[in-house]
Amino acid sequence: MAFLLKSAHVVDPAAGIDGVVDVKIENDRIVEVGEDLSADGAEVLDLSGKVLVPGLVDMHVHLREPGYEHKGTIESETRAAAKGGMTGVCSMPNTDPVTDNGVTIEYVKSVAEREGHCRVFPSGAMTRGLKGEIISEMGDMVAHGAVAFTDDGRGVQGAGMLRRAMDYGKMFGKVFMSHCQDEDLVGDGQVNEGVVSTRLGLLGWPAEGEEIQIARDIAVARLTGAKLHIQHISTARGLELVRAAKAEGLEVTCEATPHHMFLTEDAIGETYDTSLKVNPPLRTAEDAAAIVAGVIDGTVDAIVTDHAPHADWEKAREFELAPFGMTGIEASLALVNTNLVKTGKIDYGRMVELMSIAPRRILGVDAVSIQPGSLADITVFDPEVTWTVGADGYESKANNCGFAGTEVTGRATDVFVGGKRTLTDGVIC
Amino acid sequence: MAFNHKHLIDITEYSDTDIMTILETAKAFSEVNERAIKKVPTLKGKTIVNMFNEPSTRTRSSFELAEKRLSADSLNFGGSSTSTVKGESLIDTVMTLNAYKIDMIIVRDKHAGAPYILTQHSPAHVIDAGDGKHGHPTQALLDLYSIWERKGSFEGLKVGIVGDIGHSRVCGSLIPALKIMGAEVTVVAPGTLLPARPDILGADHVSYSLDDVLPELDVVYMLRIQRERLEGAPFPSLREYHELFGLTKRREHLMKPDAIICHPGPINRGVEFDSYMADHPERSVILDQVYAGICVRMAALYLLLGGADNGLSA
Repeated sequence: MAFLLKSAHVVDPAAGIDGVVDVKIENDRIVEVGEDLSADGAEVLDLSGKVLVPGLVDMHVHLREPGYEHKGTIESETRAAAKGGMTGVCSMPNTDPVTDNGVTIEYVKSVAEREGHCRVFPSGAMTRGLKGEIISEMGDMVAHGAVAFTDDGRGVQGAGMLRRAMDYGKMFGKVFMSHCQDEDLVGDGQVNEGVVSTRLGLLGWPAEGEEIQIARDIAVARLTGAKLHIQHISTARGLELVRAAKAEGLEVTCEATPHHMFLTEDAIGETYDTSLKVNPPLRTAEDAAAIVAGVIDGTVDAIVTDHAPHADWEKAREFELAPFGMTGIEASLALVNTNLVKTGKIDYGRMVELMSIAPRRILGVDAVSIQPGSLADITVFDPEVTWTVGADGYESKANNCGFAGTEVTGRATDVFVGGKRTLTDGVIC
Repeated sequence: MAFNHKHLIDITEYSDTDIMTILETAKAFSEVNERAIKKVPTLKGKTIVNMFNEPSTRTRSSFELAEKRLSADSLNFGGSSTSTVKGESLIDTVMTLNAYKIDMIIVRDKHAGAPYILTQHSPAHVIDAGDGKHGHPTQALLDLYSIWERKGSFEGLKVGIVGDIGHSRVCGSLIPALKIMGAEVTVVAPGTLLPARPDILGADHVSYSLDDVLPELDVVYMLRIQRERLEGAPFPSLREYHELFGLTKRREHLMKPDAIICHPGPINRGVEFDSYMADHPERSVILDQVYAGICVRMAALYLLLGGADNGLSA
């Protein structure tokens, strides 16, 4: 198959492009980039007014399969990813069974290849069963395609355990991704500790419960020389720790979610809206502003969603009984466009770094760039179209999006993964 | 008398006038409770469900008596026989109650926000009889009633609340209610028993020393201390707590001559106070509070279910 993508505004800082050019795809590769390219039999798409960027990757996604297919499946959640303009996702290992061995990695990859709507880069558990006791078979997982290790969902509680996992696993060259939560301090915390925990009578989840582990993980990364990536960073002081680690020259990166940037604890009112129950919790307006500042100045490397689908009946419960997590992969591009690009805080080049270049670099997967020879993973979006999150339902199996009802600007129209169309004019192929 | 509330959950939605209406109505109902035949036909034909999803004896009994004395039909639903124990969700349970064609739900639940969920899934009136660590508005109202009876007004009244503020649903309603009525509130507790932001509830002052604040107080409100917890306990021993925060005879000289003592019950003698203070004939209003509970709950049921505007009469 060959496509000629005509007249889009192409943005790719890696290729040094920021202007209207044509892009030609043949089979799985980009073959030509330039002005007024001729079709030569390729299917021509007129993309005037659209923005074309290297395919977006969300490096923090819960696909729920195997084990929690009632929440979401590899098919349904990669479908949601494609709808959101993603060409790839990094799946989290808190499945059932836990993705902590080569067989389960192989399962995720094979289902993704058969049924998926984007690339799936599986991460594996750092410790067996996410229990924080025994190092998982990282070598076997790498052999089957694992790209990173994480005990996402709870984090490794013991510093000694983390040290063993990093010291052992660093020979595979993969990144260790940390969910930072000190369980002894956080306990059954439900919402950010402070104003909202007091007002709603819910147990507090203090910012310090996250910051202590960010500091500890940076120290252990220094000790072991392992590559560290802080997941879903939510506090101003936590970000400051990452900033200092980077200045020191450590291989430390971090990611932030739209909900920690564009929502705050104040959104949780007397209605106890469980779609706003996330882990780490929504923090203060000052924290959210600090994360946005980190996105602008480069301290935040990647924007991710921590897309966490749950069945409606699991979320339609008392706040304390509802599970943590919100979906968001169908809205993240629009939320970033609306709140960061349209407001002039960042440009599309920086957005591409945050949502495409850096995630691939951190995960150590093939780089994609809008230049001849590159894999044809491409996201095209309409930067001006306005829509309301959730108004037309979701492609995800779940509805627990904390941004439901929010009016946003910008939406993916066409997506190519390895030269194959996964989204055409906003419709899943 | 305009009283436009459907539910009694968030006390901050009530104005000082609304609260005074409840207290004055409670006073009117007090007369019924003094009669030989303690029953009026006011709520005849109304069905009220007492949905107690966690153990409660006092609050449930108080509501039941209030309902019976107003001639409502009441149904007790909950305890160990609840469908929630069998895995049914709160929403499915309330949908079942709706099918019974009920008028009001009195709900006690260990989870904060449960009463709000009921309002979203039922046409019935909802009264929060205690939800998690969030609120307990009828307790706050009966406390106000007892204070009002003794002090006559709230403006400028200095109230000290001593004990487990942070895990107290009573405080979630009482402190805002006292503020609405114009009182000044000081909370007294060790840091482990304080919420993250006492000011958000409305507390004007925070103190670690009972002795320091006692001379100022018109009302000393002692909260119940859980005896059960040991592991992860918020203080080293009941002995030390009693020493630092217990209202004892030896502290009486610090109190104003007309300062009164409140407690939501059940009391722990030897922990929150000694027997001398708990039973103090002039100061302790603990049993008055229990009585006030019936009157205030009768008032709340009556006003929420339509009051005089509905052709109902006391």
